Parts: sequence; C-alpha cells; structure tokens
Amino acid sequence: MDDYSYLNVRGRIFDIQRYSIHDGIGIRTIVFLKGCALRCRWCCNPESQSFEIETMTINGKPKTYGRDVTVKEVMQTVRRDMPYYSRSDGGLTLSGGESLLQPEFAEALLHAGKALGVNTALESMGFAKYETIEKLLPYLDTYLMDIKHMDPKKHEAWCGRENTLMLENAGRIARSGQTKLIIRVPVVPGFNDTEAELLSIARYADSLPGVEEIDILPYHNFGEGKYTGLGRDYPMGKAERPGMEKMEGFRAAIERATDLRCQIGG
Amino acid sequence: MRAFDSTPVKKTERITRLVADLFAKMPEIEAARAELITESFKATEGLPVVTRKALAFRHILKGLPIVIRPGELIVGSTTLAPRGCQTYPEFSYDWLEAEFDTVEHRSADPFYISEETKERLKKVNPYWKGKTTSELARSLMAPETLRAMDHNFFTPGNYYYNGVGHVNVHYDRVIYEGLSGIMAQAAGQLEKVKFCDPNYGDKKRFLEAVIISCQAVIDYAHRYSELAKEEAGKETDQARKQELLRIAETCAHVPEFPARTFEEGLQAFWFVQQTLQIESSGHSISPGRFDQYMYPLYEKDTDEGRLTREYAQELLDCVWVKLNDLNKCRDAASAEGFAGYSLFQNLIVGGQTKDGRDATNDLSFMCLDATKHVFLPQPSISIRVWNGSAKELLLRAAEVTRTGIGFPAYYNDEIIIPAMENRGISIEDARNYCIIGCVEPHVPGKEDGWHDAAFFNMCRPLEMVFTNGIDNGEVASIRTGDAESIKTYEEFKAAYKKQMEYNIALLVNADNAIDRAHAELAPLPFESALIDDCITRGVPLQQGGAHYNFTGPQGFGIANVADSLYTVKTLVFEQKKFTLQELAKALQMNYGQGFDEITAKETATQAAKALAAEGRQVTDEMIASVIRKVLTMELPEAERKRYEEIREMILELPKFGNDIDEVDTIAREAAYYYTKPLPAYRNPRGGIFQAGLYPVSANVPLGAQTGATPDGRLAHTPVADGVSPTSGYDLHGPTASCNSVARLDHAEASNGTLFNMKIHPTAMSTEKDLEDFVSLVRGYFDQKGMHMQFNVVDRQTLLDAQAHPEKYAGLVVRVAGYSALFTTLSKSLQDDIIRRTEQGLHR
Repeated sequence: MDDYSYLNVRGRIFDIQRYSIHDGIGIRTIVFLKGCALRCRWCCNPESQSFEIETMTINGKPKTYGRDVTVKEVMQTVRRDMPYYSRSDGGLTLSGGESLLQPEFAEALLHAGKALGVNTALESMGFAKYETIEKLLPYLDTYLMDIKHMDPKKHEAWCGRENTLMLENAGRIARSGQTKLIIRVPVVPGFNDTEAELLSIARYADSLPGVEEIDILPYHNFGEGKYTGLGRDYPMGKAERPGMEKMEGFRAAIERATDLRCQIGG
Repeated sequence: MRAFDSTPVKKTERITRLVADLFAKMPEIEAARAELITESFKATEGLPVVTRKALAFRHILKGLPIVIRPGELIVGSTTLAPRGCQTYPEFSYDWLEAEFDTVEHRSADPFYISEETKERLKKVNPYWKGKTTSELARSLMAPETLRAMDHNFFTPGNYYYNGVGHVNVHYDRVIYEGLSGIMAQAAGQLEKVKFCDPNYGDKKRFLEAVIISCQAVIDYAHRYSELAKEEAGKETDQARKQELLRIAETCAHVPEFPARTFEEGLQAFWFVQQTLQIESSGHSISPGRFDQYMYPLYEKDTDEGRLTREYAQELLDCVWVKLNDLNKCRDAASAEGFAGYSLFQNLIVGGQTKDGRDATNDLSFMCLDATKHVFLPQPSISIRVWNGSAKELLLRAAEVTRTGIGFPAYYNDEIIIPAMENRGISIEDARNYCIIGCVEPHVPGKEDGWHDAAFFNMCRPLEMVFTNGIDNGEVASIRTGDAESIKTYEEFKAAYKKQMEYNIALLVNADNAIDRAHAELAPLPFESALIDDCITRGVPLQQGGAHYNFTGPQGFGIANVADSLYTVKTLVFEQKKFTLQELAKALQMNYGQGFDEITAKETATQAAKALAAEGRQVTDEMIASVIRKVLTMELPEAERKRYEEIREMILELPKFGNDIDEVDTIAREAAYYYTKPLPAYRNPRGGIFQAGLYPVSANVPLGAQTGATPDGRLAHTPVADGVSPTSGYDLHGPTASCNSVARLDHAEASNGTLFNMKIHPTAMSTEKDLEDFVSLVRGYFDQKGMHMQFNVVDRQTLLDAQAHPEKYAGLVVRVAGYSALFTTLSKSLQDDIIRRTEQGLHR
C-alpha cells in the first residue's frame, strides 16, 4: 500500500509565488520556507531569516509573515498551475530561507512535487549535514546552489558562518549524480565583486563533476524597504549595484577560464 | 503545401514613407458619397429597393473622386484625404448634423470637417428624413424596448445608426474566379428562376442587382487603370513609371478576371475590401483567413521564380497600410465604445485546414511581420492556436505581442470549433472559422452573423433587483419586489434572473426590429454576391440569404455581477453582516463616497418628477438648485461611516480572478444568466441568437451609466471588461487569473469571449520568457479558454499605476531574479523599475 503520510508533514512558509519564470526551467511556483542559517548582509528577503512569525509594516499597514501549513495545503496551490507546468516543463521550486532547516518538510514537498509529475528545484546554500541532503535527492531534478565565496573567513564575516560544510556538500551532491547541479553566485560589492574572487568560485564549480552552468546575479537593493518594515537597519548602506558592463566582463572572464556556461541572472 | 519558411524579411523605405504620409494630417469627413447616393436615389424612386441599391452603388463608384497616393503599389482609396471617411445618410445622419461643430474636438476619434463639406451635407441630408434604417427600426420596436434603451440596459447603436458589416466574404472566389465568374453564376441562376416561382420578381431583381454591382466594381477598377496609365505618362522617375504601368495592367485585369499573380491577387482582394465598405458603412468587414486564400498564388509565383519573398513582404505591407486608409466616423457615444478609429478588419493566421491539419505557411509568418513593419491598428491581427500549431508561429506571435501593440489576439480552436458545431455548423465549416471584428467566430463566406448586435450591461438588471425595477424615479423594468421582501440568496438570484430575462427579451425585440429595417431598406447586392447561398437562393444577405444566420449581442460586467452575488451570498445571507435593504441604501448613497454630477442630476430629475407629478411647476433654476444641494449634501457622519464600513467588508472578500473555486463557480453561473436564454430566440433571417461576452471599449462609457454595485464598485466607474476580472481585483498573477476565467463556460458564449491581460515588457524580454508566455496561453487554452490578448504595459502605465495603485493591483513586473506585483513594491523600487522599463523598451 502506498504511504501518503508525507502529505501531512507540516512546515513554516512565508510566501508562495506563482508564474515565476526566472528561477529554473519553465513556469514555476516557488514556495518560500521560513528560517535561515546565514545572515548575509545583502539578503533581499530579510523576512525569510528568522524562523519566528513576524510582522512587517508595508505602506503603513501591518502584514504577518510566516504561516504553518501541511504539504497537502501547499500542494493545493501548487497543483493549480498544472496545465502551465505541462506546457513549459516547469514545476515546483523551494526557496527560502534555507529549506534544509526544515528537512522533513522540504523532502515531503519535493516528494509531493514528483508525485504530481512536475519538475522540482531547490534554491539552497546546502547548509545541512549531507545525510539530510541525501534524503532529498531522489525527489529533486535541479539543485540551484549558492556559493558566495571561497574564503571561509570572509564568508563568515559577511554571512555569519563559514563555508566549509557547504563547499563539501556541493562536491558530494555533484558526485552523487542524482540531480542537476547549477551554481549561483550573488555578485556583491565589496564582498566578491572582483574577477579573482569570482574566478576562484567558478574554477571550483568547474571541478565538480556534471556541473555545466554557473549563474552570476548582480546585487540589488530591492530588499531595503523590507528592512525598514521590520524595524531594522539596512546593512548594505548605499552600496551600488554592479553595472551590466561589469557583469558582462565577469561573464566573459568565467567562460574564458572554465568550461562552464555562465549566465547573468538566473 | 510545402514546408514553411519563417525567415523574416526587412521592412522597406517605401513602407516607412507610406505610413508617414497616412498620418500627416487629421482624418477628414468628405461629402462626395452622400451627394452621389442622394442623386441616384432621387432618380430611382419607385423602383425595387435592391435595384435602387445596385444603381446607387454604380453611381457612387462612377462618381467618387479617385486618387493614387505617392509610392502606392496597391491602389484604391475611398477618400481624397488619407484616412478620411465618407458619410452614409441612408442609415442615419441627424447625429452628424448635431455634432457638426463638436466632431473635430471631441475626445474619442475626432474628425476634421470643412465648412464647405457641412454645407454640401446639409443640402442632401434632408432627402433622407423618414427614409433611414434607424427611423424605420425605431418605429418597429416595442415601447418597453425604447424605454429600456433610454435607461441604458443595452444599446444596439451599432446597427441602429450604421450598416451591419461584420462579415467575411468569398475573397477567394473573386481572386480565383474573378467577378466575371460570379456574374456568370448569377446570370446562370437568373436563367433557372421558374416563371411559377412564388418569389420570381424578387429573385430576378436581386440577381440583376448582383450583376450590376459586380460590373460597377469592375468599372471602378478600370478607372484606376486609366488613372495609373495617365500618371505613368507624366511620371519622370523611371522606376515609378514602371510601377504605375504595372498597376494599370493589374487594374485592367482584376477583379474582373482570375488573378494571375500574387500581386494581382492582393489588388483584387483590396478592391473587394474597399468597395464593400463603400457599399455600406458597416465596420468589422474582416479579411479572415488571408494566409490561407492568398497562399496558392504565393506558392505558385515563388515556385516559378516570379516572386521574391522580399517583394511579397513589401506588397503585404502595402495592403496593411491600405487597411489603415479606410476610416469611419461614428456618433460621439459609439466612438467612445469603439475608441481608436478602429474598423476592426480582423485578419487571422494559422489554425487548421478544413480537413483538420495544421495550416501554418510562409504567409502566416509574413502577415505577423507585416504588422510589426507598419505598426498600425489595422488589420486587427489574430492567430488561431490548436494542439498541433507550429511552435515557431506561436513564438513569432509572441514577438509581436512583446512590442506592446496589443496584437495578435490568440484564439483557441479546441473550444471554438466544438462551440460552433454546437450551433449547427458542420465540422468542415467550423474548422475553417475566421474571426470577425473583435472576437467573433464566423464561417468564412457563408455566414451572416450579426455579431456585435448590442451591448448589454449585466449590471443594470442587478441594480433593478435593489430598486424593484425603478430607475431615475420611474418604472424602467419588471417589478421583482422590494429588497425587504427578498429573504434568501436563492430568492435574490431568482429576482436577478427575472430582471435579466425581461431585459434580454427586450434586447431581442430591438435587434429584430433593426434586422427588419435592414432587410427592408438596406439589402446590399454586392456584399450578398460574395456570400453563400445568396445567389443560389436568389435572396439578399439582409433577408436571410446566407447559409448560416445568427444574431450575436454581447454582454459584459460578469466580474462585477459575480463578485456582487458573492457579496450578497456571504455578507448578507450567510454572515448577516448587513441586510439587503441596508446594502440597497449603501448603493444608493454610493457607499457614502459622495455624489458625482451624474448622480446629482439623476437625483434632481427624480425630485423634479415627483414635484411635477404633484402638479407643481418645475423650472430649470429649481433643478439647478437641487443639483447644487445634492452635490454638497453631507450624510450624517454615522451613516456615512456605516456605508464605508460596508464597502470595506465587501472589498475584503475574495474576488473573481484569484483562482478561488467558490467565487469562480458563481461567475460561471452569472455568465449563464446572459448566455443561456439567448439561443431560444430567433431572428427574422431564420437563425438564432447566440451570446458574446466582450465589451469592445464600452465598459467605460456604459460603466458611467451604472450606479454603485455590490462588489464595492463605486457609481459611474468602469465595469469589468469582457470576461476579465475587475481591474485591480486579481492579485495572484497571470496563471490564477487565467484559471478563473477558464472556469466560465466559453462554449456557451459562441459569439466570442474577450480576456485582456496586462504583462510587463520585462516579463517578455528573453527567449525563455517568450516560450513561457506561449505556455501561459497554451495552459489557459488547455482549460478551454477561448481568447486572450495582451497589454504589454509601458512606462506610462507604470507611472499611472504608481499614482493609482488601486487600479493596478494585478500588474506583474519582473523585479530581479523574480517577478512581483508592481503595486506592492516600495516607491523607490517602483521608480527603479520604471527607469529600467524605459531602457528595456529601447533595446
């Protein structure tokens, strides 16, 4: 007898976004899981960081972020766009936060996605024990993994934790051959916006078996208003967004130095 | 048919020039046609109408000044000035005389008219007094119908004031058989009419009229041939001289004889398209499946090396320019309903052949490219989508959509074909459908669909449920009881159903009266000659000669009605937050938002009538003073607060367009109140009524005649357009919106549905975006949606969205690696996106 108990797993999300067309193949629905292990200074979703349910002020009105739901409830929304997934090879994407902090919930969601027959993707830094990640892989088509920096100290200074575990996980996920791995790098002024730093990430990505693509995403300050809404200061101050020309330069350098396909934006 | 070649061809200098010349001046009204038809009618009094029509058509085509515009390859202009228009006093004229001094400065579709033209028109117009279709139609209507029209339940203005148009004719027969072929058919039929045939005289006169009309068009083409020859003689530029000589040869040959080349085929098409619109003032005369009937000539010419794809594209572009050279001046009210000088000449590409195979060919692509090249409102270009559509064609269509021109409109074969079959159309004919005007499915060359027969405002009967049939102080509709007498939601719905059915019956009365007026006064022999089975049956189109006959009036305001019913169901009867009487009062008081001038006038008129009923004298000053009082009237604070509170509660409710089954199911039911009763009614041509659900642009002016509605909509603001959710009420992005709309029963609205969607250019920038866009259309169509069109919104819209966020709550923009609802973003981010849009559009 089939076991459908995964449909009753509960977890905490802060948003579900439909018709997302810039995060993976086809038309997708993104489920944002609440709670993150890192505190990246440039984070554009500060409401994703704390696991606690929070109130943000938007245009003068309070809005609650965070609600507890079962997989079944989430899937009721996800399945509504089935016709569009079928036509575009799209599907379900988990984002956060760091989904791996709610491992059972994430696994159950991906399981449900596969049961529905749609493409599944996960946007994550890989911050968990590999044993945790391993359980998700059978249900995962694409792993969109963030690698922000190769230097553990600098990583810790800007993100609150060092990167050893995540880099190691990237290697193990790649070697598992169970999912398509795409590396994503936010290009952040003052943190990693030099050719040398980006190339060291790209070379590492290139060394991973099966990795063919790296996406570089220019920093933006669109999250600034949310910090205000949460009563917090914006950590990035007046940092400037990297220009298109600069990004093009990085892209060309990466494609020269590695065998990877490099895309600006994801 | 060979495999298609989709390689795009560049636009030429000639096209840029032709477009610039076309728009150099404001469109102008000319008097020649009105004078010629009047002259002819004065001379033919006493003859049968159909004969007089044919003789008048001949007289017009003989006397109308002709012109070949600089650089044209396809010739034939109805007015001397580009984009000008003639007038059609035989249908109506008094509105134009009344608007002589305002037509140049009105907001919707202004036209220049010279003092000389006014004088010339004033001389001939009086002849038509008592002889127009509008006057006859009015005299044939029931008094209740006239009352309902006065109270704005519906407006059949379209055919009331104008010719019917709204057909697709056998362009293919003119191209491949020539008008001589059609004349021969009519002559043959004339031979066959038996002396003992009860309608011998009518048939004989009609068939003779067909022959006269066809010959008139041939002679008209010959005038162009002569003019081209004459101009060639004077031309010093050798290249242009050759072009003019070729035009002379072409016009001597077509449309009389079968076209020998693609170029001749296009010229033959054009003469038909142009003269149909000289014969009557009907708009939406639609070229239909142009890529299909032009293809054999294109294929032959390119195969045999006579025609390059480059020249073929330039010729197509020239035809597209000509389609914009025709124009029509409507009365001020209609102009608002059809804003944008549109003639709705719908031209459709792709889809299936009669035998159910994919119809995509080179010309399907080249037609879309022509629209990109000329970038003008005509033709209204459309694309048919089916399960076997070539993906390349859909992506090319998406590229056109991306430009923001609003074309093409996408149509779903998978619902339209069965919907047509359900109305008794054969499968071959249904597979061959084209679109007329805005969104109306139609059998090419075989149907008189009377599409667009009226605008029916579904919100007005809803208002009548709250007022017990009283409008503006008088009985305007059936009495369904006071609000307090309605005790359950079921009773409320029953009352609405009664209000709808009563007014739908009056709508049928109005349309049938107008139909009879056209049959009697405006049989059109040339149009009839080109539609089956008029010749074989010996009956003009207007008297039921077509193979298929329908009347298709369109309803609109579904979203408002659906959301209103949901309010009544949940807040009044389930949760008992307020009573129906209280809601009625809140609506009357416009939710405490104060009165605008229209309401003030209505209230004053109501008061004045009450006074007059008591036998008291009512002066203009008294009315003016009442208006002033009403405008400045303050409600008691507590009452005003309560109405606002009621509206707040209503606005909090889930709305149609958010993929919520319960609300969407009510919307489906709301649409049925309009679509279901119609097919039970018959028209005088032997066909049935069928509903459409689309508003053209009438949702704005007709919304201005509608009081506050229980969905929270304030008095006199626009009602929802077509089957689209109320603007600003759909909050969960395009897929949710599509799912809701797909939940309506589109097959029941076999006269067409219209779904408008706004998309930001940044969500259509990359190749992947276009592919996902196509998947969005396909996903909607997989759920049996019928039509979709897109507004790829520009910077201006975003600025407006920033100033009026309540109107744009559903607007999706691409932010960075994700898309978001524009109005939920911070001001600074909005500014940023607005700036980026500007760049995005000048790539």
